[in-house]
Amino acid sequence: METGQDVEGEPATSATSAMFDYAPAPESRSIVDIASSYGLFVNGEFVDPTGGKSFKTINPATEEVLAEVSEASEEDVDRAVKSARVAYTRVWSKMSGRERSKYLYRIARILQERSRELAVLESLDNGKPIRESRDVDVPLVAAYFFYYAGWADKLEYAGFGTGTPQPLGVAAQVIPWNFPLLMLSWKIAPALAAGNTVVLKPAETTSLTALLFAEICQQADLPPGVVNIVTGAGATGRTLVSHGDVDKVAFTGSTDVGRQIAKSVAGTSKKVTLELGGKAANIVFDDAPIDQAVEGVVNGIFFNQGHVCCAGSRLLVQESLADDFLARLKRRMATLRVGDPLDKNTDIGAINSSEQLAKIRELSGVGEAEGAGRWAPPCDLPDKGFWFPPTIFTGVTAAHRIAREEIFGPVLSVISFRTPAEAVEKANNTPFGLSAGVWTDKGSRILWMANQLRAGVVWANTFNKFDPTSPFGGYKESGYGREGGRHGLEAYVR
Amino acid sequence: MRRFLHGLPGVDQVGLEARAAELGTRSIKTSAKAFAIDLAISMVDLTTLEGSDTPGKVRALCAKAIRPDPADPTCPAAAAICVYSDMVGVASQALGDSGVRIASVATAFPSGRAALDIKVADTKDAVDAGADEIDMVIDRGAFLSGHYLKVFEEIVAVREACARPEGSAKPDAHLKVILETGELETYDNVRRASWLAMMAGAHFIKTSTGKVQPAATLPLNLVMLEAVRDFRDSTGGMVGVKPAGGIRTSKDAIKFLVMINEIVGAQWLDPDWFRFGASSLLNDLLMQRTKMRTGRYSGPDYFTLD
Repeated sequence: METGQDVEGEPATSATSAMFDYAPAPESRSIVDIASSYGLFVNGEFVDPTGGKSFKTINPATEEVLAEVSEASEEDVDRAVKSARVAYTRVWSKMSGRERSKYLYRIARILQERSRELAVLESLDNGKPIRESRDVDVPLVAAYFFYYAGWADKLEYAGFGTGTPQPLGVAAQVIPWNFPLLMLSWKIAPALAAGNTVVLKPAETTSLTALLFAEICQQADLPPGVVNIVTGAGATGRTLVSHGDVDKVAFTGSTDVGRQIAKSVAGTSKKVTLELGGKAANIVFDDAPIDQAVEGVVNGIFFNQGHVCCAGSRLLVQESLADDFLARLKRRMATLRVGDPLDKNTDIGAINSSEQLAKIRELSGVGEAEGAGRWAPPCDLPDKGFWFPPTIFTGVTAAHRIAREEIFGPVLSVISFRTPAEAVEKANNTPFGLSAGVWTDKGSRILWMANQLRAGVVWANTFNKFDPTSPFGGYKESGYGREGGRHGLEAYVR
Repeated sequence: MRRFLHGLPGVDQVGLEARAAELGTRSIKTSAKAFAIDLAISMVDLTTLEGSDTPGKVRALCAKAIRPDPADPTCPAAAAICVYSDMVGVASQALGDSGVRIASVATAFPSGRAALDIKVADTKDAVDAGADEIDMVIDRGAFLSGHYLKVFEEIVAVREACARPEGSAKPDAHLKVILETGELETYDNVRRASWLAMMAGAHFIKTSTGKVQPAATLPLNLVMLEAVRDFRDSTGGMVGVKPAGGIRTSKDAIKFLVMINEIVGAQWLDPDWFRFGASSLLNDLLMQRTKMRTGRYSGPDYFTLD
């Protein structure tokens, strides 16, 4: 045995040291039955689309076709809204809050019981690692249902003024592909708790878990028409939100589409909440708990392949710490495991679609062309499927496009700052305002920063933490309205 | 000393524990598991530190360390046995030239409450009797009252006592410094104590005596691994880590190996740089090893008690 202090490089008995390679540990996909084709979920049952049109949904990690999904026509959307209206007037709005909560609790319990199935299907259809769908998405989905189930019979105590808050009616809900099931729960749970019925359109690339959720509604004996799920692409979504008999529109997705929706509902009595894009700053001060800050930055941008509207896509690091911090960040990034989403040891899965991959590639190309330093750890990407390595850009300034536009992928822009005031200025200098992160050991600075930052959520010494009790939503072009917590309930009552 | 230790970056408890838990979800299967189990066996410091220890007990433990699984000659030997200093002579005789090292606790283990000259004499006794490694305890009272220099100087003195006269057959004994993390309580303290020990010349930093709970937890191990990693980055010196106390199952042991792999790298995946202080862990590793090889679980009676 060599002495500790004066040895550099290999230890004396290096014969025993070897790379610790993890053998494949795939989660079994046999737990989930995927049908070859799916109808629309209208009035409590699966029906064929009137137009007879369908599209394929694929596994983005292998490009293998998983199933045929129906494309809802104008007529189908109308049928779904009608069934939601009937269920609203005849059943759901008349039911006592206590009865409604029983259904929501039942759904929450079934979601927990079938969690493995849901997690595997989510990873298959979306490309996110099973570690995240299993440990983050699905447990949160059940938590949101449990949380809002508790509100259903306590609405008059939610603090929305005197008298019992009344439901709005039929809610049209359009959700994105990054957290298919979680976004479904953010939309459906508060709507149902408050006494509304819903027509939900999942994203075209990730419809399968919403359709499995429809099965769960059947299993829970939810009255027909309370939840309707219409699948399709942008046209279906447009038809749904502009339908004349819809009282409420809730949308999560890109700022561009959000703008179109705002226009299409302008001048109507529809209530709207929009949760749109972001370009969050993760601000690291030189007195931060460094190792945890590195972890938080990694989690902030590489969680869910960076397909997160509140992702910490801009790292603002104090210049006095920048070199040390970057070295630690790169070392950490080199240990990220990119690959098969169903492998339990995968940290970064597949990009959701070829379109999204093309967009990430384009903006990364722009970053390089604009002179920012591009770095990614060496990693072997699978031949098939859509992949992008975790990437950082250094030497980025506020004028670069990659510092301004939402990339929605595993790409981090690193910007330095000198003083707290400059950090605030740079963090706020964006059209977005969804979230921000502050890393410092100084409590007073956390409070000061939180007051200065124009972002709906400010995380202190953590990032990308979600909880059903906490409201979530944006400033400026990140949208309006809040989801989650008591505030999320307010969007579904009058 | 104080300025330096208090200038180390803080540890965020929530973030640290979340990271440790996340690493604990790694799924180690088949060939990776077989590799990890053999590696873990070769890293065990098979330990008995009881008032009731006898030469018979220590001899039995030595036999077990040399051949953990008498039925299978391919099973690696344990790294060392760990005993009180008065048992070093017995162990030395029993182990012979087997290659299994002798670690001896010293310095008024486990409390460390004695005068420095007594601690030094305790250390010298163990070294003279043939100990290859000394597991000392730091003066937690001095550390908690802010007398960092006193702690530092004691470690330096004990390290000097680990030296053998020139021309000895054996090299100087190695020094493991026990921080007794269960008494330091905060992760900030653990990070400071780790640096203090490394700067004073520790070859290893070790979590606990095994007499205080909590002992070797994953988050504590993470703080200490980060410390040895940062120490090497700034000085070039390698320091080993030894979690001790409370690690009982193969599953737990594998979590520690995963943590080494991802936090400090494969260079520390070596008995020279990482040890498990444990007693019951070895039998669980052997049981899992047999299961991997035969496909069947054997009852505890198929493995020797010690």
